[in-house]
Amino acid sequence: MTRNLKSALFSAVLVLAVAYPILGLKLDIVGINLAVVGASTTTVLVIFAAAFLMFLRVLFNEQISAMWRSRPQKQLMSDKTSNFLTLPSTQRWFLGALVIAALVWPFFGSRGAVDIATLILIYVMLGLGLNIVVGLAGLLDLGYVGFYAVGAYTYALLQHYFGFGFWICLPLAGLASATFGFLLGFPVLRLRGDYLAIVTLGFGEIIRLFLRNLTDITGGPNGISNIEKPTLFGLSFERKAAEGMQTFHEYFGLQYNSINKVIFLYLIALLLALLALFVINRLLRMPIGRAWEALREDEIACRALGLNPTIIKLSAFTLGAAFAGFAGSFFAARQGLITPESFTFLESAIILAIVVLGGMGSQLGVILAAVVMILLPELLREFSEYRMLGFGALMVLMMIWRPQGFLPMQRPVMKLKGER
Amino acid sequence: MSRPLLQASGLCMRFGGLLAVNGVGLTVHEKQVVSMIGPNGAGKTTVFNCLTGFYKPSSGTILLDGEPIQGLAGHEIARKGVVRTFQNVRLFKEMTAVENLLVAQHRHLNTNFLSGLFKTPAYRKSEREAMEYAEHWLEAVDLKEFANRPAGTLAYGQQRRLEIARCMMTRPRILMLDEPAAGLNPKETEDLKALIGVLRNEHNATVLLIEHDMKLVMSISDHIVVINQGTPLADGTPEQIRDNPEVIKAYLGEA
Repeated sequence: MTRNLKSALFSAVLVLAVAYPILGLKLDIVGINLAVVGASTTTVLVIFAAAFLMFLRVLFNEQISAMWRSRPQKQLMSDKTSNFLTLPSTQRWFLGALVIAALVWPFFGSRGAVDIATLILIYVMLGLGLNIVVGLAGLLDLGYVGFYAVGAYTYALLQHYFGFGFWICLPLAGLASATFGFLLGFPVLRLRGDYLAIVTLGFGEIIRLFLRNLTDITGGPNGISNIEKPTLFGLSFERKAAEGMQTFHEYFGLQYNSINKVIFLYLIALLLALLALFVINRLLRMPIGRAWEALREDEIACRALGLNPTIIKLSAFTLGAAFAGFAGSFFAARQGLITPESFTFLESAIILAIVVLGGMGSQLGVILAAVVMILLPELLREFSEYRMLGFGALMVLMMIWRPQGFLPMQRPVMKLKGER
Repeated sequence: MSRPLLQASGLCMRFGGLLAVNGVGLTVHEKQVVSMIGPNGAGKTTVFNCLTGFYKPSSGTILLDGEPIQGLAGHEIARKGVVRTFQNVRLFKEMTAVENLLVAQHRHLNTNFLSGLFKTPAYRKSEREAMEYAEHWLEAVDLKEFANRPAGTLAYGQQRRLEIARCMMTRPRILMLDEPAAGLNPKETEDLKALIGVLRNEHNATVLLIEHDMKLVMSISDHIVVINQGTPLADGTPEQIRDNPEVIKAYLGEA
């Protein structure tokens, strides 16, 4: 009992020590100085209440967990529903419905909603790409955002200096990112696990800092602005077209409406995401996809069977990077302005969280997770201060209740001859 | 007598100051079953690792059908047809049994990115043939009903058989089994013996194995190599080995 009391007291103090400086103290600007001001009485009371609850929780830990255990076990979903949801056939239908819905709704949705959906689709693309590297090949890549940046800057620079259009730059950006992935992959892929994670993290940061300090070419911290939006076969979606170009609304004799541009961007993003989905779906069932998974499972066995681990890893890394490049060039086109600060480590973390939350290797899971991860912060804008708190809580809850992700991957079932 | 397929001579493996393998030589003829035996820690697995390229031997030569292969990387040697199993089974546990077999055929498949993307006829054919071959071998090792089970969920004996089938997927010239009977019950050991017999008689396989189960070794081997403390001790037919006083001493200690 005394031990319980001790740890309970400790937990309560810990809650106070963590919560009070973060929530209970506020910085206010007084003139030109900052002043520390105490928060409102309610906040302080809530903090103390939380500390007290924590104290009780730890003090009566055994009783509470006994109570939990005595209650009939109720799972989040029954095994049957969980199995049904992750069956490849169910996922295919679900995916089909999702695609149709995604095609139709923007024409009825609001401008803001379509814009957020576009952002979600970018993250879907990134998640799917990273899923190759992390989920399938099992290489923990924390610098994925670096390739995203390479893609974005490839388009921005080619556009800025040579006036190339989006559609030419899209494959070029993919290619540039893939090349970077390939080159960085060579030295890095000798490493495994944690070491690989740290080195890729470093690479991601190096790319960002490089772009930031290459002021003459990339504009440094100011980034590159006035990046052109994509066109529809040469038709611009701006109010006034640049010289020698026509605008969409003039060509079709429509009233100019800025939402057209947003919907158009959304549709491009959808197209790209679907393309990524299709390609990766095929890759999964191709020999190379199987080799990626085999590599994740056992590298030594792979070598003993004559598979070259270096080439397999490099291919995963390169292809993953290529998808980030596509996403990056689209991001630059949509945003119209990119700075190195768009590509911080936090982005890598969010993309990785999408892959982990969705379920490693599962594509539908990744899509769902991307929706959750991007939509929730947008919906809960008033609580944006607590975004990271919610993020952490979500992660912890997932790890407790569904460590395999929302919709974990299920193995494809191979039909054998002579079987019904 | 058929020609020698794998010939190793003067094989040495040094780890820092430790000479783990010292001057081991062995010859495996085509369609032979050769066993390597020796007390625990004698360096049998180290010899295996040298032969399959997992270690680079400090000195010595290894000839595969007359071609030197020492010093090549593991996957290169495997591609030349020297394929092994592991003492502690190394399957791709999360993947199904049949997927394990498909991965092993990687090198024989159409791995062209574009043809896979568009499912060209050549690609479909290559995949179909791979499935048929995998099925054939699943049947041969009596695992067909478990084809779609994750390999990690199979029973230990089944995993061992699956690992052998996976090796056969690569169309090996020589199959190297590292203690295939370890952890098997007597019934499973009998099955394994039958399987090795089938491999040799029906599939013309050449087998080199490390084994501790003397009954198994004596009954299936054409030739036995004995290693003790990293050095070769004896070399001969099962009968010769059984009566060799040196071998008896190494195994049982001096009377």
